[in-house]
Amino acid sequence: MAIIEPRHAAKQLMYERIFRAATLTAAILVLIILGGVAVSLIRGAWPALRHFGFSFITTEVWNPVTDEYGALAPIYGTVVTSVIAMALAVPTGFGIALFLTELCPPMLKRPIGVAVELLAAVPSIIFGIWGLFVLAPLLQRHVQPWLIHTFHHIPVLGQLFKGPPFGIGILTAGVVLAIMVLPFIAATMRDVFDTVPAMLKESGYGLGATTWEVIWNVVVPHSRVGIVGGIMLGLGRALGETMAVTFVIGNAHRISTSLLAPGTTISSSIANEFTEAVGDLYTSSLIALGLLLFLITFTVIAAAQAMLRRLEGQVAS
Amino acid sequence: MSRRGFRKAKNAAFLTLSLAATLTGLACLAAILWTLISHGLAGLSTSLFTEMTPPPGSEGGLLNAIYGSAVMTLLGILIGSPIGVLAGTYLSEYGRKSRLSTVIRFINDVLLSAPSIIIGLFIYEIVVVTLGHFSAIAGALALAILAIPVTLRTTEDMLNLVPIGMKDASAALGAYSWRTIVSVLYPAARSGIVTGLLLAIARISGETAPLLFTALNNQFWSTQLNAPMANLPVVIFQFALSPYKNWQNLAWAGALIITASILILSVSARVVLALMQAERGDRR
Repeated sequence: MAIIEPRHAAKQLMYERIFRAATLTAAILVLIILGGVAVSLIRGAWPALRHFGFSFITTEVWNPVTDEYGALAPIYGTVVTSVIAMALAVPTGFGIALFLTELCPPMLKRPIGVAVELLAAVPSIIFGIWGLFVLAPLLQRHVQPWLIHTFHHIPVLGQLFKGPPFGIGILTAGVVLAIMVLPFIAATMRDVFDTVPAMLKESGYGLGATTWEVIWNVVVPHSRVGIVGGIMLGLGRALGETMAVTFVIGNAHRISTSLLAPGTTISSSIANEFTEAVGDLYTSSLIALGLLLFLITFTVIAAAQAMLRRLEGQVAS
Repeated sequence: MSRRGFRKAKNAAFLTLSLAATLTGLACLAAILWTLISHGLAGLSTSLFTEMTPPPGSEGGLLNAIYGSAVMTLLGILIGSPIGVLAGTYLSEYGRKSRLSTVIRFINDVLLSAPSIIIGLFIYEIVVVTLGHFSAIAGALALAILAIPVTLRTTEDMLNLVPIGMKDASAALGAYSWRTIVSVLYPAARSGIVTGLLLAIARISGETAPLLFTALNNQFWSTQLNAPMANLPVVIFQFALSPYKNWQNLAWAGALIITASILILSVSARVVLALMQAERGDRR
């Protein structure tokens, strides 16, 4: 090989520096974006937070006419819909992951895995429109009357399933959310189950354990951290999901004990009202809702990532 | 029942439940696709692609919305993916083990699942408020921010898969890192990076929440990037919730178009990846 000319080498070094700087800038931009999101939300939310103070998150009133805003109803709606979603999606996702890793014939493993991932690719607005036109009437006609009829004498449950079957409302939003986060939970749990060493499972079978006993006593304890991480990742999605909920929640700023009643969530309040918000305090209050959502989801997702990372570390070592 | 019989019954019960869970998941996907096809096909016609979104009660199509979605998605990818690819390159090649990279990797994974409406609010604050009006460019920027984490993640993963021998061979010839990356690593990881781009397009083309108060919507044909622009997701949102039958039909047709394109994109991303893996397998 010819000796590299000094001029050529200097040029190469310059390109190297430029390229390195470009990649570093792009990488740091990721941090800047997150920082920018936090700063701009705090700045936008400041007027509302200063005006209402801490009572912003403890009052239920949301009245554009008198210019009074409290975030309690959206917070309540966000939490309750997410809890319903997780209650439905976690066992189902666990079942799917279990089926894919332990039961499924190898031939079907890929197609079913891809189908679950395709469900994750369907945009949230599609879940919304489907929820409004298909799921809500279905629940209204068949499920909600049954719930009302079955539980109306039982003290606590009766309160949860009280009132007319609207179709749209907290419960329906929770069900749509459950279908939405299901693929994320199932896929993460499947990946986590796959990290359990075959040796451990075989040892269980060797002792005469049934498939379920191996899963419950070997696979689950071994991948506990990952399972919780997957659940929290799904929870992060559910808390922040916007469009699917906006279609079916009914957008009512009040807290009612019945799950069948319409309500609102943080994200659907923003989606529904932001472009129509007149007045600085109204806009600022909606951005303050966004800030709350950011803080809640950031905490949940960061915790989830930390857990999944810990698991990765375990597997690597 | 004997102890053994009980254990076997319990096993059978839970495995049946697991099968039922899988069938439920598949049924949901099937139900959604079926609804989309049956409602969407009815509204599908050539006027969708030749006419503008109509006022209530009259006929029309989705041309301006399809155009707007295409433009903003394309712009979003053009702005977002180079940043994602470069940042992924940094994490994989320059700062693999540094503390900065660990932090960036973590933040990126958080951004990957952060609610997209938050990104919409962010762009509203820094672009829409600054310019004083809604615009297509604001929408494209919001989508770009959503595209970055997807491309960053796949680029880093795919560069990590390139055999170390190729890097060493290039370094042994006296090439600087940038030369190795551009001439050896990028070509070797090409299909993987393309997969990331396809996934990013699939992710952002269906996003509605970040466009609601950045690009807004526009009932008319507009090619101006500095003005509000129609786009499929927001049109679907507005039309589906309207009381007008023809608007609802258009919403279903739009929903079918958008879902079909996203599913095709996701499947082709998978095919590209499978081809790459097959190719790599042959080489060994």
